[in-house]
Formats: sequence, structure tokens, C-alpha cells
Amino acid sequence: MSELVIEKVTKSFADKKVLEDISFTVKEGEFVSLLGPSGSGKSTLFHLIGGMYSPDSGAFYLDGKKINGKRGAISYTPQSSSLFPWRTILDNVVLGAELFAKPNYDQAREMLEKAGLSGYENAYPHQLSGGMRQRVAFVRSLLSPQSFICLDEPFSSLDEFTRLEMQRWLLSIWEENRKSVLFVTHNIEEAIYLSDRIIVLSSNPATTKREFTIPFARPRKEELLLSEEFLQWKKAVYQELR
Amino acid sequence: MVIILLLIIWEACSRLFVIPTWLLPAPSDIVKEGVTSWSVYNHHLFSTTKLSVIGFGIGVSVGLIVATMLHLLPPVRQAFYPLLILSQNIPIIVLAPLLVIWFGFGMLPKILIITLVCFFPITVATLDGFRQTSPELLHYMQMAGASKRQIFAKLQFPHALPSIFSGVKISATYSVMGAVISEWLGANQGIGVYMTLAQSSFRTDRVFVAIGFVMVLCLLFFGLIVMLERLLIKSRNTEGGK
Repeated sequence: MSELVIEKVTKSFADKKVLEDISFTVKEGEFVSLLGPSGSGKSTLFHLIGGMYSPDSGAFYLDGKKINGKRGAISYTPQSSSLFPWRTILDNVVLGAELFAKPNYDQAREMLEKAGLSGYENAYPHQLSGGMRQRVAFVRSLLSPQSFICLDEPFSSLDEFTRLEMQRWLLSIWEENRKSVLFVTHNIEEAIYLSDRIIVLSSNPATTKREFTIPFARPRKEELLLSEEFLQWKKAVYQELR
Repeated sequence: MVIILLLIIWEACSRLFVIPTWLLPAPSDIVKEGVTSWSVYNHHLFSTTKLSVIGFGIGVSVGLIVATMLHLLPPVRQAFYPLLILSQNIPIIVLAPLLVIWFGFGMLPKILIITLVCFFPITVATLDGFRQTSPELLHYMQMAGASKRQIFAKLQFPHALPSIFSGVKISATYSVMGAVISEWLGANQGIGVYMTLAQSSFRTDRVFVAIGFVMVLCLLFFGLIVMLERLLIKSRNTEGGK
């Protein structure tokens, strides 16, 4: 059970207002995407949720508890996989859990297997491809004790083919676990394909411009990407972004 | 190979130009002296080895502790860093007699000298290692809710290990030098003593035997450290987890 409520959050750095009056909610088991141009303050919002700094005004509530400036309340998958080069894959995925309790290696092995990474438990990050490293980073988030996951453009550094494959993979893993996810991206297709809802941000300063509820049923198939309806949605979102 | 070639040239020259042994003994003379009078000097050798090992051990520990303290307490770092550098500006040759005056001819002043030459490279290298911790990994750890201690133990320390080892390698060679210098200034045994005795009685061959053993000892130390380094960080790759 985890629900994130963001209430009228504003943040400036120096004189520049980065976020203005941002409000939205991510419900239990929901997949919500934050869509906006690069540099629109999406990452800043994540850093605020993650407690790296406090907002100037407004508040974050996770399951009703205020988490302003509180670190470790959410589980986080960064843009670059940020794996520890001296740890094996198995030791890497338990890191998030390890910070709070003794990690469960059996569960970690099982999860790696489901993620299509069996056989790599004892490999080191530099031996894996970019897509695989990103998977490891996501498994690490899933194994962390926090039930709310924030993904910060996790596929932005991957090529188009790997990206597609990763989206499919992410959906299949997520549909099994159903942890609440907040996903940051600047890719419209990715946002529509993956999310229950899309929140479009404007830039300079970022405000919540519009919200879309994506009605496609789950589990979602790849064919969906080429359907007429999907393209209609893409058009609608695209127009909003302009 | 180069060393062997040099030795051959040296041997040839000293035979060709009939250089007197007290001026420059041939390598063969040195080796002969080294073998025949083993029983005369072996206690010197062991004494110096012991002294170097103890001094080195203490030097490494002090170096690591100082680096850790300076790292964890930034105000202390600002206050003491210049002092650290100054401590390396005092010529050991001047300091050593002072230490003998203060602490007598026992082990203590000698170990102090070795510690003083050993700890500095380790402290500097370790501090640099701590400071170069990957910002991405640090960011992840903070977002994941790691405590300061966890960040240090799980991220900064392992990340600094290669740097620490470069410091330790430098110190390993310094430690033998430090031991020999400390022995020059008042000891009843050790390679330093043997060297001084040989020098004042124009036994140049013995001086070279002593030099030879200092080198061997240095190499031995160095080799051991390299082996330990391989053992500890064999799996690492500089590429990192990007």
C-alpha cells in the first residue's frame, strides 16, 4: 500500500523558479508518467521527492505521512544505472535492501531470474550491456523495501531497439509486482505505452499542464504501439506538449 | 634484463680498468662478500626487517585513520591539512636526532620516524580516493536513504581502495628507507648500522651488500602489497558501472 500525494510544490534555485505549484497524486499500484521537455525540472522534482532538498512551499505525502526532505522514503532508479563496479550483480541488486536490513539473497536470485538475468549473478557491471545494467538497476529498486518506485528516464541512454525491448520487459515485470511507479520521460510513445496516467509538465517554470488517463487494458501488447487508437493518443499528447 | 646488462658492464669495467675494491667493487666481489659473511650481518638484516614491518604497519594505520578523520570532519581537514604538508617539510635527518634526544635510543624514535615518512602518502592518496567518489553513486546512496556511515563503508571506502593501495605502495618502499635512516642515528643493530660501520672502514663491498639488501627488502614489500591488491580488487574495472 503506497500512495504519493504532491501538493502545491514550488521550488526555486537562486532566482530561477524551477517548479511552480505542482500538484498530483500517484495512487496505489498505479503507473504514472511525468512527461516534459528536457530541462523542465522533472529531475528536480524527483530530487525533492527523494529528500535531497526541501521544497520552498508545498508538501509531499507518502501514505499520508509528510516526507519533505526525508531521504530514503522512495526507491529510486537513476538515469545512469549507478551500479557499484566492485560488487557482483547479485550484491548490487540487494544494495537498496541492505541499507535497512539483512538482504534476502534467495529472493534476489529469484528476481534476477525473472528479469532474465540468471547466469549473471556473479558477473560484474562492466561485463553487462547498457540495457542489462538498467535492468539490474530496476531489480535493485524492486528489491528495496520502499514500495514506491521513482524511475528517472531509465531508458534515455539506450538505443531504440533496446529501449523497446526494455519497455516490454519493464511492463511484464511491473504487471507482476504492481508497486506504485512514478516514471519520468521525455518520450511520448514510452509514456503512453507504459502508463495509466500521464502528467504533462510545461517548462520554465514547470507547472502541471494537463493530465491524460490512458485507458488501454493490461497486460499491454507490443501491437498496441501501432494501433490507430495509440496514434490518436500520441497526437493528443503531442499537441499538448507544443 | 636491463639490470643484468648493467651488472655485466659494471663487472667488465671494474676488471678492465682494475678499479680497487675500496673504490668500486665488482658485482662478483659484492656477491661473494654477501654470501661469506652472511652470519656476520644476518641479525642486522632481521632487525631492520622487523623495524620496517612494525613501522610500516603503524604508518599505514595512522595514515588511514588520519585520512578517515579528515574526510569525515571537513572543518578538521581545513585546519590540519596544511599541518600535514608541513610535517613532510621537516628534513628527517634533522628530526631524527631530535627524536633520539627526546625518546632515547630505543625502538620508539625509530618507529616514529618510519611512521612519519609512511603515513603521508597514504593519507594523501586515501583522501583523494574519498573525494573522487563517483557523484552518481553518491547520489543514488543519498536518495536510497543511506546513512553517512553506510555511505562511507559501502561506497567511499571501497571506492578509495585503489587509491589507498597506491599510497601503501609508496609507503612500503619508504618504510625500509626510513628504517635505515633511523638506524644511522643511533642503534646497535640493523642494516643502517652495518652500512655506517662498513663505510667508516672502507669496506665498500659491504656497503653495496647493504644497499642490495635494502633494495631486495623494498621489492619484497612492494611485491607483497601488489599481491594483496590483486587479491582484494581483482575483479574491478575502471570502466565503472555506467
